[in-house]
Amino acid sequence: MVTAFYIASAMAIVSTALAVSRTNAVHALLYLVLSLISVAVLFLLLGAPFVAALEIIVYAGAIMVLFVFVVMLLNLGRAGEQQERRWMPPRAWIGPALIGAALLAELAYVLPGLPALGQEGAMAVKPVAIAMYGPYLLGVEAAALLLLAGMVGAYHLGREPDKEARR
Amino acid sequence: MTAVPIGHALLVAGVLFSLGLTGLIVRRNLLFMLLSIEVMLNAAGLAFVVAGSAWGQPDGQVMFVFILTTAAAEVAVGLALLLLMNRRFDTLDTAAASSMRG
Repeated sequence: MVTAFYIASAMAIVSTALAVSRTNAVHALLYLVLSLISVAVLFLLLGAPFVAALEIIVYAGAIMVLFVFVVMLLNLGRAGEQQERRWMPPRAWIGPALIGAALLAELAYVLPGLPALGQEGAMAVKPVAIAMYGPYLLGVEAAALLLLAGMVGAYHLGREPDKEARR
Repeated sequence: MTAVPIGHALLVAGVLFSLGLTGLIVRRNLLFMLLSIEVMLNAAGLAFVVAGSAWGQPDGQVMFVFILTTAAAEVAVGLALLLLMNRRFDTLDTAAASSMRG
């Protein structure tokens, strides 16, 4: 269990690092899918099977498919890859890497004093569902409204321009 | 499982968040910036689940579901904006959209 946790963590970190540094959009997306699946494994090991399934279905499934469709629509190709490489010289990484490392160092300084994690399987689906449709019911309704707003917004922004001009 | 300190699990979330932040700052392509934001949201969700698991409460997982919803809505609007930008400016460079008209 413990080894599996550290292996999945290492996989998640390495694949995320590759995802944010690739110049080819499809490669970056596939590395990000790998990272999300590693995080789903982490969720399983933390005793949260419901969230692990959601991670794979919604994140690695739906959201990433949306990204892949958009990449296909954009049709970036080799020219886009070269442009991306031109925009991202090695020295462009120095400042952001320093900022990220500073944030990480603060976290690493603060975190080690905390206790160990509880026993596995502590949380089945049932208590999560009871909490979600009990005290958090208002949040669920707000989330439904947010999704509706997102759908309407995406539809409005994605209309064809000639149709827009006709109105 | 008891041997994994919560600090290590939260550190993984911190590493993922820092990677996403670095990617967000370093990129100029809107598509990759959205991708980095997804990484950061996912890292925040991981931190919520770890904390919920540490204290044996379901609230962390409920929060993760809310983060998932936010990410889905955000990515739908963000990708629609990206397509609009590609149609209007014929590039995904965020610098192309840095000035207002008029």
